Amino acid sequence: MTIDFLVAALMTIITASTPLVFAAVGEIVAEKSGVLNLGVEGMMIVGAIGAFATGIVTGDPVLAVLAGAASGALMAFIFGCLTLWLLSNQVATGLALTIFGIGLSALVGHQFVGVTFAGLPKLDIPGITDLPFIGPLLFGHDALVYLSVVSVVGVAWFLRRTRTGLALRAVGENHDAAHSIGYPVIMIRLMAVLFGGVMAGLGGACLSLAYTPLWIENMTAGRGWIALALVVFASWRPWRAFFGAYLFGGITIIQLHAQGLGVAIPSQILSMLPYIATIVVLVLISRDDVRMRFNAPACLGRSFHATG
Amino acid sequence: MALRFEARGAASRAMVLGSPAIAVVLTLAASLVMFASLGTDPVRALQAFFIQPLSSERGVAELMVKATPLVLIALGLSMGFRANVWNIGAEGQLTLGALAGGGLALALYGHESPLLLPLMFAAGIAGGMAWAAIPAFLKTRFNTNEILTSLMLVYVAILLLSYLIHGPWRDPDGFNFPESRLFHDSARLPVLLQGTRLHIGWPIALALAATTWILLARHIIGFQVRVVGLAPAAASFAGFSRTRITWITLLAGGGAAGLAGVMEVAGPIGQIVPVISPGYGFTAIIVAFLGRLHPVGVVFAGLLMALTYLGGEYAQITMNLPNAVTGVFQGMLLFFLLASDILIRYRIRFVP
Amino acid sequence: MSAEPRLRLEGVTRRFPGVLANDDVNLAVEAGEIHALLGENGAGKSTLVKFIYGVQSADSGTLFWEGRPQRIANPKAARRLGIAMVFQHFSLFDAMTVTENIALGLPRSFTRSGLEERIHDVSRRYGLPLDPGRHVHALSVGERQRIEVVRCLLQEPRLLIMDEPTSVLTPQEVEGLFATLRQLSDDGVSILYISHKLQEIRDLCHKATIMRGGRVVAECDPATRSTHELAELMIGSDLTLPRRTSAAGSASPRLEVRHLALASSRLHGTPLNDISFEVLAGEILGIAGIAGNGQQELMDALSGETPLPDDHAIVVDGTPVGASGPNRRRAAGMVFVPEERLGHGAVPQMTLWENALLSGAATSNLVTRGMISGARARAFAAAVVRDFDVRTPGVTQPASSLSGGNLQKFIIGREISHNPGIILALQPTWGVDAGSAAAVRQALIDLAADGAAVLVISQDLEELMEISDRLCVISQGRLSPPMRTMDATASRIGLLMAGS
Repeated sequence: MTIDFLVAALMTIITASTPLVFAAVGEIVAEKSGVLNLGVEGMMIVGAIGAFATGIVTGDPVLAVLAGAASGALMAFIFGCLTLWLLSNQVATGLALTIFGIGLSALVGHQFVGVTFAGLPKLDIPGITDLPFIGPLLFGHDALVYLSVVSVVGVAWFLRRTRTGLALRAVGENHDAAHSIGYPVIMIRLMAVLFGGVMAGLGGACLSLAYTPLWIENMTAGRGWIALALVVFASWRPWRAFFGAYLFGGITIIQLHAQGLGVAIPSQILSMLPYIATIVVLVLISRDDVRMRFNAPACLGRSFHATG
Repeated sequence: MALRFEARGAASRAMVLGSPAIAVVLTLAASLVMFASLGTDPVRALQAFFIQPLSSERGVAELMVKATPLVLIALGLSMGFRANVWNIGAEGQLTLGALAGGGLALALYGHESPLLLPLMFAAGIAGGMAWAAIPAFLKTRFNTNEILTSLMLVYVAILLLSYLIHGPWRDPDGFNFPESRLFHDSARLPVLLQGTRLHIGWPIALALAATTWILLARHIIGFQVRVVGLAPAAASFAGFSRTRITWITLLAGGGAAGLAGVMEVAGPIGQIVPVISPGYGFTAIIVAFLGRLHPVGVVFAGLLMALTYLGGEYAQITMNLPNAVTGVFQGMLLFFLLASDILIRYRIRFVP
Repeated sequence: MSAEPRLRLEGVTRRFPGVLANDDVNLAVEAGEIHALLGENGAGKSTLVKFIYGVQSADSGTLFWEGRPQRIANPKAARRLGIAMVFQHFSLFDAMTVTENIALGLPRSFTRSGLEERIHDVSRRYGLPLDPGRHVHALSVGERQRIEVVRCLLQEPRLLIMDEPTSVLTPQEVEGLFATLRQLSDDGVSILYISHKLQEIRDLCHKATIMRGGRVVAECDPATRSTHELAELMIGSDLTLPRRTSAAGSASPRLEVRHLALASSRLHGTPLNDISFEVLAGEILGIAGIAGNGQQELMDALSGETPLPDDHAIVVDGTPVGASGPNRRRAAGMVFVPEERLGHGAVPQMTLWENALLSGAATSNLVTRGMISGARARAFAAAVVRDFDVRTPGVTQPASSLSGGNLQKFIIGREISHNPGIILALQPTWGVDAGSAAAVRQALIDLAADGAAVLVISQDLEELMEISDRLCVISQGRLSPPMRTMDATASRIGLLMAGS
């Protein structure tokens, strides 16, 4: 029983962590370019309902995932227009994006309450997936789980090794200098923001298609904000964000299992754990002011307007 | 032809006031499209949203009831936003205020005393302040981002509320519903207008708005808040303590939200229920911006946003529109406001 | 072909809100020529070169490159033509390595491994040593400029634009740079050299174009003109040099600093190391040094923005103030003039009278029991505007609407109005027009004549030589012993600046 239970628990941890991986890695790219998008929660939940509604209407999981990504991108586009062209305050606009996203998703989701989605198909290689323990853990997931790992590898490689990644970091480091040597600051930032939107949308799609394959109003329950905290926790490094996401996924699932096993602590108090853990982690990582500023992109949150 | 934004020499005062008006008009236009796409007659929907709720005395009173928490919270938040202190956890502070004040009412159940309400107010304010003190302490001591901590505490507060009314505070005679017992009369806010729910919270909110106005415009604390927000280095040059301002603004925001919370449970609701606020703490962020972070503006913006709540309820009843329309509406309004605000610092030029 | 200059501008005009930055500007730079673009701050030099380099557009006017009219849409297009530029505020990325910084400024075709080799080649050939693997934030200002120069040279430019390149260099580094530029000129590269330092231009440049108020006012061979003639062309009127009345030298110290040490709270900052000095009554003490050697940190420590653990590290007229904040120090008779006017010395969006409250709230009667007296603050600000000749329509104007020189006069005036015993000024004439700079210097001299102790920290060596009685040099967070200004020579100070 214990092995089976362990495998089941680890499988749920992976499912719970994947949305956070997507959202956090997307936000890392946006923030590396100097844009602080606090609307991750809003993009995620619109991605969740976009994916879910498409999944129910078409029955096609691929279309559903694509729709989730597109919904997140659309939200990010609104954010990009406001902050990059209309130079609005990034903090305020991010909050607006979240408020709008929660309202919009509730409005669209209104007609999908109580419907369940079949879930995403899982990888199943006969003989291999059936291997004890590692079989299901490594080869028994839906495509989004693998995509999330690929995205971490890809983003880490892109930021460190490619010329375009170098330019993106340069824009986030010193936008005036990047502009003066000829990089299109606004365009690079817009692309980064859109990428962040696609990833948040995918994160939302994971939630509504795989984690709890039904629509619940406000179902992101602060995961977008936790993803933002993960970016800080990870010092803007994709691999650290990946492990951070699994840490949080782990805490979420362990407290759920603790509830299931009848631990004598009220369920509400256990449910506070991920939020309190987020605060604790933030405190630990931001204690050293100078190191924080050293890691953060120097232009994070600052608007850029070229004269001329 | 291309569009170009050209910096104005100085910020346009006309546009500071003009931009909210532009935003409201654009939001109305966009909502026409939204209603049409939902398959509703847009003109009738707008009427249900914005005209019908105000066609009776009761409706107007209800507007003020809903505006009370919005104005209270937004007054506190706008002070913080001016100082670049981003407390977005007012919803949690409101909840803690309701729990502290409401808890006192439950603990002193049956006690008739004119002091009970003031005590509940004090407890509510203290509860909100205590919740806001956590991000203030973490920000000033450990440099932790107050946006994320204050928001995380919203979830913690709502879970705490849920725990209390599912457990220790549940009404023993309540058929196991997750609700507290009804407060006794001494613990209820006096109603100002017979036949409505209008309570003394509204005049209190107006008085606080006036006080905040004086504080911001004439008092050195208000000046310090503005300098810290506009130019932190200049504040440091002037010897204004950023730590002190962070504490003051977060405690003011938390206290105001806590007061709003206790007024909700002691006023319109009358007991502690699972959902105390339909997101007042978040909507107040929009109120603060729409009111230009100015106390007088906040009062008007609070009334307008209260109308969107009221209209949402009306439209749900009369036209069967989902309640979520209110949230979309509020989000759009903030978007258009932020977009129009570029006209304060830039003018648009068309380049052929 | 040889008759055509390498670069020619015809009728370039660019208008910004409220100012005509370039007004019908004509300019020609020949092959291999070192051509000076001379003018005061705000004369329109930067706008013009940004147009040439494709950073900004012009409203009208034509650019001819080797005889052909060209539209340069962006810096990449400029670089394709063979135009390179070294910016005054370096376009570098602190958190990245030298190689990454150079790669960012080059076309994609440069591969990483080949690049390091070529960096070595160019730096050897032109005497510009660089370590490709180091991070920029760990480099000195001189080294940073070398990155920019090497980045430009790798593209084998035919026109090199240099915007105020020597303002951050030691005299010895300036000599090295000039040698490089002369070598480039011999190789046929044209150089457009922007500066307002007259002696330099006379030493280096073959030709000079002088701008004033957005227009070209003269062209000449700078070697044939005296610096005084060039200054008059640049400023357009007779300069009144500050009058120095020799200090009586009563020899009682008003400000004493003893063994001041401080870890920097700034990102990539310089820690201060055992700094001791004193400023006497009636004296102006100058502290020279290259940017980033601890000047900001010293100012933070002296102004109380970063209070010290040791109260006795700073003593004002016998009162220890090291551990206290700015307002206790103001009460003891100190005032401060920070380097950044907008955002540090003044709040840009606030009116002048509100800005009067920044340093006056604690010491003067502008605030009683927490309530601000708008009337008294306006009267105070109006008096500053009148006494210090601040050109502004009124005290209800926002600080951001004033020119750099007028705002600096307001800030200095505001501080002097508190009748200080000690004034500390960091870069008091940085980015200020010549008239205002002279007024600011005169105000400091007058204050010293009245018995105050004046401390001026500046990168402008000429300024310090002109006004100070004694000089120290700050380098890597350490302060040299003071010397009398009359004993100081450029080479001696230059060696101290370089840290030897």
